[in-house]
Amino acid sequence: MNIVELQKKLLSVARANSPSDGVPYAFEKRIMARIASEQLMDVWALWGRLLWRAAAPCVGIMLVMGVWAVASLDLNGPSQPLASDLEETVLAPLASLEDSW
Amino acid sequence: MPILSWSRFLAFACLMDMPDCLWMEPSDTELIAATLKGDAASFEVLVKRYQPRIFATARRYARREDEVEDIVQEIFIKAFRKLASYRMEAPFEHWFMRLAVRTCYDFLRSHQRNRETAFTDMTVNETDWLDQFVAEPSTSRENAAAARELVKKILNQLSPSARLIITLLEIEERSVKEIAALTGWSVPLVKVRAFRARAEMRKCLERIIRAKYL
Repeated sequence: MNIVELQKKLLSVARANSPSDGVPYAFEKRIMARIASEQLMDVWALWGRLLWRAAAPCVGIMLVMGVWAVASLDLNGPSQPLASDLEETVLAPLASLEDSW
Repeated sequence: MPILSWSRFLAFACLMDMPDCLWMEPSDTELIAATLKGDAASFEVLVKRYQPRIFATARRYARREDEVEDIVQEIFIKAFRKLASYRMEAPFEHWFMRLAVRTCYDFLRSHQRNRETAFTDMTVNETDWLDQFVAEPSTSRENAAAARELVKKILNQLSPSARLIITLLEIEERSVKEIAALTGWSVPLVKVRAFRARAEMRKCLERIIRAKYL
């Protein structure tokens, strides 16, 4: 069988029978209802977009504060070890109690 | 000052039984401008205007009517969302058809796994039509329902890009340039894909013939 001929025939069949352009009843109403519901949903989308936009400045501020905190630590020079700081803070009330005796 | 939208004007004109000569239908550009200003009802006029054409286009790529409706709905919703990106330099129809064809292509790609891979479900009428073609090619009818179904089944076996190219180039008889504009592919790519698509369709036909007659 001639495949090329069959291909040509089938394509001419497809050309001769174009699909229907019929539209279901009130289809445009369905589209408009969907669009209206999407517009309502957009309030949340807007809120989400605002949050995403706010994320970048927040990260920026966090970095600046972090750098500032590290820099201020360096300016004060080496402080006492954390353990002794903690001990002093925890025992401070006891020290004042001893003084009062 | 209240702004009278096109959709309200049309409704008013119908209500007053205004003769056709007194008012003209708003152009696509006017309707788009009104939609972008917030008058969603103007978009409904656009939907009414283009939906027959979009349904006919979608029916070329989907067989089930519920799939066709889903495609058409997606096309219009995409158009509404992206309306602001239409620059009004070229006719709206071109922009819109490009969007429609790309959405249909996306549909084909997403349903690639569901496409028929075996040709076992040929009906008696389809087999008869094929037998008639084998016996005497010139007498086989083009408007036979069996032939139409056979074409649909063969197209369903093709890859998404092959099906799109065969539909646009061979069935809708569009030029390579037009297809390039519709699909966003370059002209050489369209030519290469057209060559491959024809070969793919021939292979598919060969498979059917081999299974049936050899």
